[in-house]
Amino acid sequence: MMKILVVDDESDVQPLFVQRFRKEIKSGEYDFSFALSGEEALSFLEKHHSEVILILSDINMPGMTGIELLSRIRHSYEKPPPVVMMITAYGDDENRQQALEKGANEFLTKPLDFTLLKDKLHTFLQ
Amino acid sequence: MEIFSYLALFLLIRRILKSFQFSPLRAKWAPQFTTALWLTVGLYVLAVCCLNDALQALMAGAVLLGAITFADREPDFSSFSSNIKAHYPLAGAELVTGLTAIIVPRFFGKYDNYFNFVILAAAVWIFARWATTKKQRQEFDLITQQNMVLDKMVAQRTAELTKQKDELQGTLELLQTTQQQLIQSEKLASLGELTAGIAHEIQNPLNFVNNFSEVSIELVDEMDEELAKGDTQEAMAIAADIRQNLEKIIHHGKRADGIVKGMLQHSRASSNTKELTDINKLADEYLRLAYHGLRAKDKSFNAEMITCFDENLPMVNVVPQDIGRVLLNLFTNAFYAVHQKQKTVGAEFKPTIKVTTTAKKGLVEIIVRDNGDGIPESIKDKIMQPFFTTKPTGEGTGLGLSMSYDIIVKGHSGNIEVLSKENEYTEFIVSLPV
Repeated sequence: MMKILVVDDESDVQPLFVQRFRKEIKSGEYDFSFALSGEEALSFLEKHHSEVILILSDINMPGMTGIELLSRIRHSYEKPPPVVMMITAYGDDENRQQALEKGANEFLTKPLDFTLLKDKLHTFLQ
Repeated sequence: MEIFSYLALFLLIRRILKSFQFSPLRAKWAPQFTTALWLTVGLYVLAVCCLNDALQALMAGAVLLGAITFADREPDFSSFSSNIKAHYPLAGAELVTGLTAIIVPRFFGKYDNYFNFVILAAAVWIFARWATTKKQRQEFDLITQQNMVLDKMVAQRTAELTKQKDELQGTLELLQTTQQQLIQSEKLASLGELTAGIAHEIQNPLNFVNNFSEVSIELVDEMDEELAKGDTQEAMAIAADIRQNLEKIIHHGKRADGIVKGMLQHSRASSNTKELTDINKLADEYLRLAYHGLRAKDKSFNAEMITCFDENLPMVNVVPQDIGRVLLNLFTNAFYAVHQKQKTVGAEFKPTIKVTTTAKKGLVEIIVRDNGDGIPESIKDKIMQPFFTTKPTGEGTGLGLSMSYDIIVKGHSGNIEVLSKENEYTEFIVSLPV
């Protein structure tokens, strides 16, 4: 079972993920947790950081941005380093560059292509 | 000495006739006057030929007296009245001379020189009168002429002034039209800035609509599978999920709808209808639009947005799109300020925009605060003036704040206040009466 933390300020992302990964959750392949902000994600990680293997985070959020969250994660959680994938509606090069520089493993744009996401998850989590 | 009477009469007729030269009276009097002239000459010749001196004097006096009595009573000659009256002494003198010569010829024979002298004096009197009236008339003519020149000048000046007034009126109307056009183009310009923000705001709900629709199709397939297996319980669970998804689709569809409606409202010329409005919702909406608008222009830009909304804020009766424009303008300015500071200071600067709403006694306050460069004291009193902008040419119209001021102060009887400290912060406080 792999624990994935999804960080997005839109709460409807949660049922969407649950339904999209219905089979995987049912079969116990993945386990999703959700946070509505960077701050919430950090406090979740404080308690569960050893369990979380992969983090999917939106970049544009009120308060702490996804990039900031990424920096904090890379700074605080070295071992084991979780896989962090950034998701944003602004899929420009500058944003991608910044995310990758700060240590993102992957950069995805909205609207999310779930088939592609599933493939990526597979490769990263094998 | 009788010649003086005829001569005086002759000249009087000539002068009056001459003065009528440009008057409609000429047509009326010319024939009679011509006759009178010939008659005067004829009577004189007749008198000289046929009558003795005494009768000649009597006749001359009578003719003159008759003529001037008639002339004096005629209203057409009233302007010559004083000249006409000047003839009475001469007529009198001739009559007295004639009568004296007939009644007391010896006395007359002895003193005829005196009588002649009196006649001469009366004749001189007439010519003196003529001379003075001529001078007066000349002066009068001169004044009339000057008056005419003055009248002409006044008319000319009046015409010039009227023309200038008309020109100014035209210019004023042109300016008013231009102002209207500027307001409209400012609205369109701010709509342009909004477009990116709106696109982003619509994209989000649209993504959800698409995602939930897709996942629902998958779920229907799964439900079919479960039903085929005979697992009705699982099928019902899936059906519940599908129902939930459809609700989400409706919710996000409406969200996009609301955004488009808001956009249309913003660009509409002016409906000017006040309605009870949730200021918190309006502020939140436009804050997002302003942020995404700026993000679309400069993708490296990021700012922290803190909203501190009073949950018990009363609804306020305002024109929502007008207040929206004011808020949009304040937010755009705030983002611009922190963005400029970020460019110079660099990474250690944390751009922050804070929007606060509070309810005060009879008022609702909206406070927009940024931690940008602040407003220099020297330009603080100019920022609400039309066309004042610190942005480079072509980037700002300089109408944003002046229009905001008009909307808040003139349109809503509210107030806009500015607090700022250079290099630290700027705070706009908009207060609206409840």
